[in-house]
Amino acid sequence: MKPEIVWMIAGMAVVTYIPRMLPFVLFKGKELPAFLQGILKNVPYATLGALIFPGIFFIQEDIWYGILGAAAAFIAAFLGANIIVVILGAIAVLSVYSYFF
Amino acid sequence: MSEMILQKSATEFRRGFQSGISIGIGYFPVAITFGLLAKTTGLSIGETLLMSLAVYAGAAQYMSLSLLALGTGIFEIILSTFIVNIRHFLMSASLNEKTEDDKPFVKALYAFGITDETFSVAAVKEGTISTGYMFGLNLVAYASWGIFSGVGFLIGSSLPQTLQESMSVALYAMFIGLLVPSMKKSMKVVFLAVLAACFNIIFMSTELLSSGWAIVLSTLLSAIIVEMIVTMRHKERGSGHEA
Repeated sequence: MKPEIVWMIAGMAVVTYIPRMLPFVLFKGKELPAFLQGILKNVPYATLGALIFPGIFFIQEDIWYGILGAAAAFIAAFLGANIIVVILGAIAVLSVYSYFF
Repeated sequence: MSEMILQKSATEFRRGFQSGISIGIGYFPVAITFGLLAKTTGLSIGETLLMSLAVYAGAAQYMSLSLLALGTGIFEIILSTFIVNIRHFLMSASLNEKTEDDKPFVKALYAFGITDETFSVAAVKEGTISTGYMFGLNLVAYASWGIFSGVGFLIGSSLPQTLQESMSVALYAMFIGLLVPSMKKSMKVVFLAVLAACFNIIFMSTELLSSGWAIVLSTLLSAIIVEMIVTMRHKERGSGHEA
């Protein structure tokens, strides 16, 4: 292993761990003002929206690839499918799509 | 008594493990591709595994490879890693409101496993989050990321191209699968997700912000705006009752 790569990885590891760890150590939880707690409770759903869009459009050069995958996952999830079925279903639909196009 | 507590935490660990399986599947193609790219960038198998096990953050790891290939300095790579991963601060702060009380060092230990995916799975789970659940969840996700990074390095190039392509949707499908059941139950969740998505699309398409900051800012804006609307409506309704 090259020393400069190891140093780089060590630096990356430290700056990645600190933001993950600090809130758990700094805040005890549930002592923040109600409005702030409300915002933190909203964070998961807002994050999911931002994690899905626009990223899913660009998983392949063909934008329809992402749109089709999103639609397949959305329909499966809406019908109440288990999360693993949602994932495998989207993969299956895209496998068929790329086989034909 | 202590046996009961032990049994409870074993059940919680197993629950976390089961919820983690979808992440394990989702990480497969991403980790395989990372291993393969690391090899093409000139990293050794040891360096590749060390990065996946010590940094454990997909987007930042991909970015470091392309920066290395461009000949970027180590300090800039570490700085951009920090910027991309600062979003985890928000996720940990949010999750901390839902986790059961425990010793700070125990929380600091499972905090290492907070990723976009483990956070999402734990955050949409009903009720409080136990320590056992977090460890079970983290274990599957971490093992999948580490093992498949190595597998990708060794045999990634021999996997069929169509399979690799279609599996690139896996993590997004998982996010959709986590979001939709909550959307069906609450209009508020729909607004939160759609608003954050719109902000992120604007930030990304105008290239005003790096992807890490774009996610942080769109999440915060959406979470704050929706909370303000909810609070205002409550107040209106409250004063309506009084009148």
